[in-house]
Amino acid sequence: MNIILRIGLILFVLGLAIFSVLPFIGSYQLEQEMVENEVKDIHLDAMVEVLRPMYGQYYESNFAFISDFNENFDNYNEKLKANEDWDKVIWDDYAYPLTKAASTGPVSQNPYFYLAITVCLGVLGGLMYIFPLHRNEPEGIKNDGIYFSSMKARGLLGIITGTWLIVFYIILYWFPAYLTNLILMVDPLSIALSGNPASQWFLYGFIYTLAIVVMGIRMFRKYKGNAYQTIRTASVMFFQLAFAFLLPEILVLLNMPWHDFKNIWPLDYSFFYDYRIDGMLSSGALGMFMLVWGIILIVLGVPIFTYFYGKRWYCSWVCGCGGLAETLGDPYRQLSDKSLKSWQIERYMIHGVLVFAVLMTAVTIANYFSGFAILGNATDQLHSVYGFLIGSAFAGVIGTGFYPLMGNRVWCRFGCPLAAYLGLVQRFKSRFRITTNGGQCISCGNCSTYCEMGIDVRWYAQRGQNIVRSSCVGCGVCSAVCPRGVLKLENADEEGRINEMPIIIGNKSITVKS
Amino acid sequence: MIGPSTNSTDRHVVIIGNGISGVTCARNIRKKDFQTRITIISGETAHFFSRTALMYIYMGHMKYEHTKPYEDWFWEKNRIELKQAWVDRVDFEEKNLIFSDKSQMQYDVLVLATGSKPNKYGWKGQELNGVQGLYSMQDLELMEKNTHEIQKAVVVGGGLIGIEMAEMLMSRDIPVTFLVREKNFWDNILPVEESKLINRHILEHHIDLRLETELEEIIDDGNGKVKAVKTKSGEVISCEFVGLTVGVSPNIDFLNKGNESNSEKPTLELSRGILIDAYFKTNIPDVYAIGDCAEFKNAPAPDRKSIEQVWYTGRMHGETLAHNLTSRKSVSYKPGIWFNSAKFLDIEYQTYGFVPANIGDNEDSFYWEASNGKACLRLFFSKSDQKLLGINAFGWRLRHEYFDKAISKGYSLEKVISEIDKANFNPEFYKPFHEEVLKKYNMEFGKTLKLQKQSFFKKLIGSRA
Repeated sequence: MNIILRIGLILFVLGLAIFSVLPFIGSYQLEQEMVENEVKDIHLDAMVEVLRPMYGQYYESNFAFISDFNENFDNYNEKLKANEDWDKVIWDDYAYPLTKAASTGPVSQNPYFYLAITVCLGVLGGLMYIFPLHRNEPEGIKNDGIYFSSMKARGLLGIITGTWLIVFYIILYWFPAYLTNLILMVDPLSIALSGNPASQWFLYGFIYTLAIVVMGIRMFRKYKGNAYQTIRTASVMFFQLAFAFLLPEILVLLNMPWHDFKNIWPLDYSFFYDYRIDGMLSSGALGMFMLVWGIILIVLGVPIFTYFYGKRWYCSWVCGCGGLAETLGDPYRQLSDKSLKSWQIERYMIHGVLVFAVLMTAVTIANYFSGFAILGNATDQLHSVYGFLIGSAFAGVIGTGFYPLMGNRVWCRFGCPLAAYLGLVQRFKSRFRITTNGGQCISCGNCSTYCEMGIDVRWYAQRGQNIVRSSCVGCGVCSAVCPRGVLKLENADEEGRINEMPIIIGNKSITVKS
Repeated sequence: MIGPSTNSTDRHVVIIGNGISGVTCARNIRKKDFQTRITIISGETAHFFSRTALMYIYMGHMKYEHTKPYEDWFWEKNRIELKQAWVDRVDFEEKNLIFSDKSQMQYDVLVLATGSKPNKYGWKGQELNGVQGLYSMQDLELMEKNTHEIQKAVVVGGGLIGIEMAEMLMSRDIPVTFLVREKNFWDNILPVEESKLINRHILEHHIDLRLETELEEIIDDGNGKVKAVKTKSGEVISCEFVGLTVGVSPNIDFLNKGNESNSEKPTLELSRGILIDAYFKTNIPDVYAIGDCAEFKNAPAPDRKSIEQVWYTGRMHGETLAHNLTSRKSVSYKPGIWFNSAKFLDIEYQTYGFVPANIGDNEDSFYWEASNGKACLRLFFSKSDQKLLGINAFGWRLRHEYFDKAISKGYSLEKVISEIDKANFNPEFYKPFHEEVLKKYNMEFGKTLKLQKQSFFKKLIGSRA
């Protein structure tokens, strides 16, 4: 192993380790004015009283602080609940903003230093590891040793990585109070971009974007010489950096709602929620554009682009989830299950989520236009169920946490409602297909093995059949790894695209329908 | 649907060998014949796997399970019985198979699809530990053991398996010396420019390629293990592993075991392989042979060999025999336009039709090579009418369908050159070669063919040429 590469690996692991322990350092002290700053007016009087025992107390860790906070807070709520005094119960999460405000540790005093020794060190180490990769090697497929790798073949390192990601996502979604130090360290960056202090979502977006950019560079190294992979990777890097990260923050700076112009309902499941609609409607011409553009993407963008290019135009060229899967997730693409059974489960699950998303949105819109007369707060319940199960647990915890366990497209394959919608168009009305090159297939299995969507590509290739599958995201890796030049992603006439009774070229004795 | 099968009830078809030929035969029998009992016997593995993918298991690209083209439930669902056992001998008179564990199996129809075994040419030391060929799963397991923590390997034989073995070893950072008897790599099949292109690529991968170098003997370390090889020129190259990849020959040794001495019992007619007619029939009724192990008494076509040891031909043999075993009217084996492919390290090779290594008086060829020396194209045509006879392509994927048509319909060289972008099968956004090819052609043949420009809209929607 090259020395730079080795140092890079050490720096990366060091950065990651500091990042992982950073949340647990520092001390906390709550004062009344912090509560007055962070709490909504309607809860102010109650909260100031509830937290009174904590003022001026010195806490040595966030565990101690949060547990004391929860005790006081829960006490108050439990009493109200016991008396069925529902109107007074406080449902808002104040643990996170108050923990952040009460933090007196070294991170808030010196955020740049901590950012440097965690994220920056990790990025530097990652780049030092990536740049020397495959140097002085001819262009070609770089899959040597993947199945001997503990990281890439569900070994101990893979399991540890998966566990780390799962734990990180659970804390991020449901216990952000424990991440305050990490959020504090990106505060200056957030203020520079949007004028606001960072939230856990800013931290997440920042790390997410860096992961795509750094691992995107790895893709350039790994697929050197493959123009399709290079351009496609550059595209997901651009869309994440510009559309998902920078532009929304700049919109906030301009007093506009945070908006990702490339996100499409129903992946963007909250698009029709009342606060989003109100936010857009109250933001002038640009807000109106957000609404109209979003609807155009749903009703025209998806069908038209998918007709011409297949769902890949979105899933492996634009989408943020796809972007992470195609960069950070690339080392794990071979771990997807290729069995017929998993395909059956996949179809139930992904179309189930689509139905759920459509019904929920239909109820939401009906409720909105009826002035909340029909169902009252029932939509809120639906939203929180969907947000918890699909938006957080499925898309986040399972979607990314399971990369090293079940491959990099678990969410895209089993859960994404937009992928389901794009897939229906791709399957039934599109010019896209993966063409099989006559009789050249040798059934080696590289295509199926490296298909992140778990498509048994070989099943089609060896019978001379074009691959037309709703789940195919058009990443192009099956074509890249094919040793005999059998697979080509292409857009062409619909005629002959789907061929249920293919004939393999080459045998003139008989015509065999495979 | 039960097809027009002949005497299908209660018939037991037994296929020895679960490679592409035997498995294709079994699958296609089942498609047309619901009733016949089908058994596939193999000692090598329990299930069908892709032999061509063995190298990828060694290189860590895949595991054995990934090389299985069908999931394990497939066989039971299609009522194809699998038996993992080695056949010791065949009693053709009693239609009985005797296995190495002495158990027996009756058959009504026997299909021999026993494949090949690596050649060994009687070199001194060829039986030493650390010396082996590569054909079967067992060979792969042995190679795994033989190359564990070694410092140096030698591969003997400049063919397809030889370069694969070199690539496999290099993937584990084991330095390889590659002994090739010929002037250039695989030059008994490839014209010299193509051979040289691959020579350069082999060197680019830091493989120590020794052209025109023959093996003299393999030297023992005193404990029955290889220590070095000696070449005909007297050079001694020390190594701990020797890969012998000097071709394969039909795996037929066991077939007449126990039958030779007994003149009353029928014996199978063998030459280099199992002799068959155009219907895959051997000299014994109800016994057929397909794939690598079969030798046609008359080659299937003038440009074909009497033993076809290629994945694709094995598949076609299997398809055709299955048809004959399930139809009233038998057909003879008539392969179409020849095609083949391979991958030499990072450079893919495809060929359609017939391109000889040495070009005769009545034919000529047009050759183009990319400026980086990593892609090339040779169109081989007859001088008299300029009709395309065959094509070699390196580093450039081409459409099988196009060339199958172009060669069978006798497209002219000029037609093919002018529309070769129609046959382009490289991934999207790859640099197109068409303009360069046209330039070279125009220069050599004094023509002024021009590139047909695609409209902007067609380009935008990524339409096929």
